[in-house]
Amino acid sequence: MMKTLTRLGLIAALAWAAPVSAETVNGLRTVDEFADIADESERSVALFNELMVVIEHPRCLNCHPVGDVPLQGDDMQPHQPPVVRGVGGMGAPGMRCSTCHGAENVTYTSGDGSIPGHVPWHLAPIEMGWVGKSATEICEQIKDPARNGNLDLAGLHEHNAEDGLVGWGWEPGVGREPAPGTQAIFGDLTQAWIDTGAVCPAT
Amino acid sequence: MTTFTVNGEERTVDVPGDTPLLWVLRDELKLTGTKFGCGVAQCGACTVMLDGTTRRSCVTPVSTLEGANITTIEGLDTPEAEAVQAAWAKLDVPQCGWCQSGQVVSASALLYEIPNPTDEDIDNAMAGNICRCATYVRIRQGIKDAAKALET
Repeated sequence: MMKTLTRLGLIAALAWAAPVSAETVNGLRTVDEFADIADESERSVALFNELMVVIEHPRCLNCHPVGDVPLQGDDMQPHQPPVVRGVGGMGAPGMRCSTCHGAENVTYTSGDGSIPGHVPWHLAPIEMGWVGKSATEICEQIKDPARNGNLDLAGLHEHNAEDGLVGWGWEPGVGREPAPGTQAIFGDLTQAWIDTGAVCPAT
Repeated sequence: MTTFTVNGEERTVDVPGDTPLLWVLRDELKLTGTKFGCGVAQCGACTVMLDGTTRRSCVTPVSTLEGANITTIEGLDTPEAEAVQAAWAKLDVPQCGWCQSGQVVSASALLYEIPNPTDEDIDNAMAGNICRCATYVRIRQGIKDAAKALET
């Protein structure tokens, strides 16, 4: 009996001492959690599917529409007031994104919600639209320099890991759910996906 | 303390940094032409010009305005604004008038960038300026008349 308790204690201690990076953070699995997938291509696909957990979150999809109107909110409704993409995804003359979106999130004076902000604030170019697309389509799209802002894979990692507007997704202000995980984990997953061959899920 | 320019005059205000510009304009500087409508950047009544572009003052913390250049409806004297205001008066565009300072600021900004706007240009620029009296037909006509007046 004593031996069993000691063993259980040891297991508990080991579990407690496990590195934080091996644990799912805010709904996003970390790179270490994919280590037991022996086949590198399979691991790569699994890592991309984990990237999709972030990519498909409203914080990301809302500004990656396939049309000219952004979405907003956790329920991804069309943006109110009705706005259009405009030149460079910055809105229309007389009503640019910056008419309402400033340099930082601003909590309404009522305290009930906030208007998001970051500089710059704009839509992703239409060739980077994601809404309604499959993991396979998005994967192929973000690897294609003609549709990803002429980025190589290293540039793609930098975008995911360090871009400020991408990072806003984890600091979205009052009234919006942050994207899963953290930007650092999103960056690590991107790098691990690249290191395993940047394989896309099959259709 | 935050110092910025309002209608060409340097002003310094001593208010908490999260105070919206709209509060500062109306309560501190007594410039009450800019209206409170919704407080959540949904109606456009509080629109001012900030460093050359339209800005909803109800969601603009004063802490972000050090050195900024602000023009309110009281100081809006560009040719576009004068043409818009003349057209507004001629067509009796306002009814209750609450939203009209925001409408005039947005319409003037549109005409500055696009001197001869199409219906689509007008829709895109003015979609965030709500009029509870639904004077949208006259607003559109007012912008077109102002554009025509600016041609001559």
